[in-house]
Amino acid sequence: MENSKLLASYPPYVREEDSIEKIMYTVSAALLPAIGASVYYFGPRILALLLVCVFSSAGFEYLFNRVRKQEPTFLDGSAVLTGVLLALNLPSNLPLWMAALGAFVAIVIVKQLFGGLGFNIFNPALAARVFLLISFPVAMTSWPVPFAVDAQTAASPLGILKTEGLQALSSMSLWQAFSGGIGGSFGETSGLALLLGAAVLFWKRYITWIIPFSFIGMVFAFTGVFYLIDPSVYASPLFHMATGGLLLGAFFMATDMVTSPVSKRGQFVFGLGCGLLTAVIRLFGGYPEGVSFAILIMNAFVPLIDRWDSYSNSKNWKVG
Amino acid sequence: MKTFRSGGIHPEENKFTSGSPIEEMPVPALLAVPLLQHIGKPAKALVAVNDEVKKGQCIGEADGFVSARIHAPTSGKVKKIEKHPHPGGQFAQTIFIEPDGKDEWLEGLNTPEEDFNVLPAEEKLLRIKNAGIVGMGGAGFPAHVKFSPPKDKKIDTLILNGAECEPYLTADHRLLLENTDEVLKGLAIISSFFKGAGVVMGIEENKPDAIALMTEKAAPYGFQVVTLKARYPQGGEKQLINAVTGRSVGNGQLPFDVGCMVSNVATAAAVYGAVCRTRPLIDRVLTVSGNAIKKRKNVRARIGTMFSDLVTHCGGLGLKRTNLLISGGPMMGKAQYSFEVPVTKTTSGVLFIKEDRIAAAKERPCLRCGRCEEVCAAGLKPWVLGNLSQKGETEKTAEYGLSQCMECGSCSYVCPSKRDLVHWIKYAKTINADIKKRAVKSGN
Repeated sequence: MENSKLLASYPPYVREEDSIEKIMYTVSAALLPAIGASVYYFGPRILALLLVCVFSSAGFEYLFNRVRKQEPTFLDGSAVLTGVLLALNLPSNLPLWMAALGAFVAIVIVKQLFGGLGFNIFNPALAARVFLLISFPVAMTSWPVPFAVDAQTAASPLGILKTEGLQALSSMSLWQAFSGGIGGSFGETSGLALLLGAAVLFWKRYITWIIPFSFIGMVFAFTGVFYLIDPSVYASPLFHMATGGLLLGAFFMATDMVTSPVSKRGQFVFGLGCGLLTAVIRLFGGYPEGVSFAILIMNAFVPLIDRWDSYSNSKNWKVG
Repeated sequence: MKTFRSGGIHPEENKFTSGSPIEEMPVPALLAVPLLQHIGKPAKALVAVNDEVKKGQCIGEADGFVSARIHAPTSGKVKKIEKHPHPGGQFAQTIFIEPDGKDEWLEGLNTPEEDFNVLPAEEKLLRIKNAGIVGMGGAGFPAHVKFSPPKDKKIDTLILNGAECEPYLTADHRLLLENTDEVLKGLAIISSFFKGAGVVMGIEENKPDAIALMTEKAAPYGFQVVTLKARYPQGGEKQLINAVTGRSVGNGQLPFDVGCMVSNVATAAAVYGAVCRTRPLIDRVLTVSGNAIKKRKNVRARIGTMFSDLVTHCGGLGLKRTNLLISGGPMMGKAQYSFEVPVTKTTSGVLFIKEDRIAAAKERPCLRCGRCEEVCAAGLKPWVLGNLSQKGETEKTAEYGLSQCMECGSCSYVCPSKRDLVHWIKYAKTINADIKKRAVKSGN
């Protein structure tokens, strides 16, 4: 007993085995099927893009830690995950320096300047994607054609829909759009591969069904109403679900713990908002794709949604 | 199978001693009996240094309405009266008794069994009060006060708390198995204070032997046994009431507001001893366990037995060096900094644990994952409370239901960022109480 050093810390003295690292690396690993599908369709160049995004994200985080004399956080997995998500949002033929610039915006400006992990308001990878989209609109929207021999590029299905109308898409089947092999950013190409990864996250309980389902359900309902009104102008809701970044956004970006509401009802409202904005932008906006903008706009509402939820929760505690 | 409505966790049970019969622990060479073993004011010492005391003699008189008597756990001589480390973390006035080895009862105590049915209620309550019975589950609320609720509150259900949802602890489990009649008679005595009240015993599924035995033995008394799903914090008063009756104890309400009264297993047995045998509360059953003690046991130890004596009785410390000495369970117990703290009326277990992850765990930023909110059995937002407390904005915590937190620690348990949420919540409570006190003092 004499040589026992007793630790006088506070309870509880048992803790669940989970950590930031586990969560971040598991979510990153859940994106492997999507990465694999992209390599299959677009060739190995996207691996270079992926490596640039991951290493520059972790690198910028490390540099920021050094400059600000913080404890290093670049290995906690959050920077790596941001890198992976950023890469999945880019066209596979994007110049590598642009990808690195995107990583800088994501890590330094959107994440660290707002206080680092847990304090950023906007999803870093998405904000970086939108930054790149606005800065380099041509490079960011020339999507390589799957299995292309040379550097052939084309617009994405949603881009075609926006510029040329529904008839131009008549040759594309829904299954094709869902399984992969359509033009798009490399994470968007195969919905099937994304769902496989999302299933892992559901099983690990790292994401709940609330955000993805309210998000996708809202897009489905909104586009469905217009499809019913005039199917010759508006694409079917199934087409909207299978194309673009909807699945990637709904399962992997909007569910980001840091930038989505904490409570269940808050998440429901958030998902509905994301879905509504996505559908409105796709149908009536200037851009063919609206998922990124929708999520970012809803990110800004998260503090408000949390406040609303806390406020109604606090009514329970009034005595008398 | 029944359970409470919202929140809850299920930590690894680690109930290694469920099958170990209660061992009578010999009286150690020195007993340290604190005058504070209940909520409320500490008792006032009735003895002086060098006084001879008999076993069961009252050595501390209750000071005030919510206070309780303290008795000599054995016969012997008062060695000293001084401040000594208390399992609650503070220093408390403590009477040290050197046993004379005779273990002689004071005349008139430990009498042959009496039929409690012939005793009037006032007499029963007086005996409970004189015996210094307090809630032995940890609250330490004086039993005679609890059993005399306001006249306008009608109790229709008396619930025995056989949940024992804290990991490691098995003392109540063994009491249910080995002191079955005492527990049942104790319950019958308590229920006699509330005419027409039904008695329900809530026992978690991980004690099937106790459920079977009680179902059989409780039948003649007309008591009902309910099997509960193993889930923490089911032993919390509000959770147990919700699990057993489906009623919810609302904000600012007490169990008697919904017609319920909850009793701990050990308390029921002690009530029997006090009323039928005129035995004051001088010993209790507790679990000695953990990965750093050689022999894990359930022991009946005298109040005042120091943890170092428990170590000796349980074969010494194991090869693993203890770095966590916990009084109580691992979820709500308190880490001790000394082996010389004594067993009190509310010590349900003493754990000797080697665990490096707790010391290594550093608080990381909140990821806003919402798990704390999901597991909170009180329906609070621990992350909001924790943030406010950490930022020093403790006064704002009241509007988020701070006072409703029962400090079960489920939020800290699940937090992937290892935030000490329940600690920050307790901290806010302390600071707020302090602010209030100062405001009263300065006349605002």
